[in-house]
Amino acid sequence: METVAIPPFERFYEEHRSEVLRLLRRRLGADRADDAFQETFLRALRAYGRLDHGEHLRAWVLTIAKNVALDTVRRAHPTSELVEAGAEDSPPAYSELADLTDGLGTKERAAVVLRYGYDLSYEQIASALDSTPGAARQAASTGVRRIRRRIAP
Amino acid sequence: MTVSPDLDRRFREAATALGLVDLGFDLVQTPIGELLVGASDRGLAAISYQTDPEESLDRLARIAGPRVLRSPRSVDAARRELDEYFAGKRRSFDLALDLRALPPFTVSVLGELARVPYGETTTYGALARRVGHPKAARAVGTVMHRNRVPIVLPCHRVVGSTGDLTGYAGGLDRKRTLLELEGAR
Repeated sequence: METVAIPPFERFYEEHRSEVLRLLRRRLGADRADDAFQETFLRALRAYGRLDHGEHLRAWVLTIAKNVALDTVRRAHPTSELVEAGAEDSPPAYSELADLTDGLGTKERAAVVLRYGYDLSYEQIASALDSTPGAARQAASTGVRRIRRRIAP
Repeated sequence: MTVSPDLDRRFREAATALGLVDLGFDLVQTPIGELLVGASDRGLAAISYQTDPEESLDRLARIAGPRVLRSPRSVDAARRELDEYFAGKRRSFDLALDLRALPPFTVSVLGELARVPYGETTTYGALARRVGHPKAARAVGTVMHRNRVPIVLPCHRVVGSTGDLTGYAGGLDRKRTLLELEGAR
C-alpha cells in the first residue's frame, strides 16, 4: 500500500481548524471551545512528529477534539458518569498501531485504529469516517481478522 | 466556523513557547520586498524570496521536519537583525544558522562565503580556489543558487570573473540593490 506523505503541520492545521472549532463549540459551547481548540491542536502537534503516514488525519484530529471535549466536561463535572468514549489513559500513539495495521485497506485500518486504539464507539467511528455504524463494525472486524491471520497464520 | 485571529495567534504562540515546532516561519518586510524567513531551535534555517507559504511549506518541512508552523515569534531575532542590516546599522549577522543535512562541499563553500566582508565582492572561481577545488567555479555557482539563507550568507557578494553580477535567486535587481546598500558598487 502506498503511504500518504505527512503534510507540513501548517497545511494540516489550516485544513481542519474550522471543523475542529465547530465540533468543540457544538459540544462545549463558545466559552469553553477556545481553550479546547488550543489543547486539541497542541496534542496533535505533540504527536505529529511520530506519525508515519498522512492517512486519516481528519478522523484523527476530530478524535483528539472529542477526547479533549470529554476531558473538559469531566473536569467541570468530576462525578458525572461519562461512558461515551475514551479511556482515562491517553490513547496510544497512532504510530504504535500503524505497524500492526500495516497492509490493511484504508477503511479497515482506520476502523481498527479508532476502535481499539482510541476506544471509540462504532457510531463515533462512523461519524469520523463519513460511514455507517454497521459498515464501521464490519471494517473493524475484517481488519482484526486479517491481523490475526498475519500474526498467527 | 472561522477561527478568530486572536484564537489563531494564541495557538501559534503556545505551540512555539512549548517548543513543539520544528520550524517556525513568518513573512518579513524589507526594502527589497517581502521575505519568507524560517527558524528552528538550532537557528535560522531559511530565507526565501518565494513568499507564498503554500509554495514553500514542503521545502521548509524537508529542512527540519513536518511540524512547520507560521509563528512570528520564531523569527523575531532574524527580523531584528535584518531590519538593522537594511537600515545600514549592521554589517554582519550574529544569528545561529541551521545548515543541517547539507553536503560537506556545500558546507565548506558556505563557510568561505561567510568570510566575504561586507561591501566587498569576490568571484565564483576565487571561492572555488579557497575551498581547494579550483576547477569547481560552476559547482560553487550552484551552491550560491541553492543558498538557504541568502543575505545572511552573502551570496550577493559573489560575482562573475568579469565583474558581471551573473545571477541571483532573488533576481539581479535585488543583488544590485544589496551591493549598493553595502557601498560595493
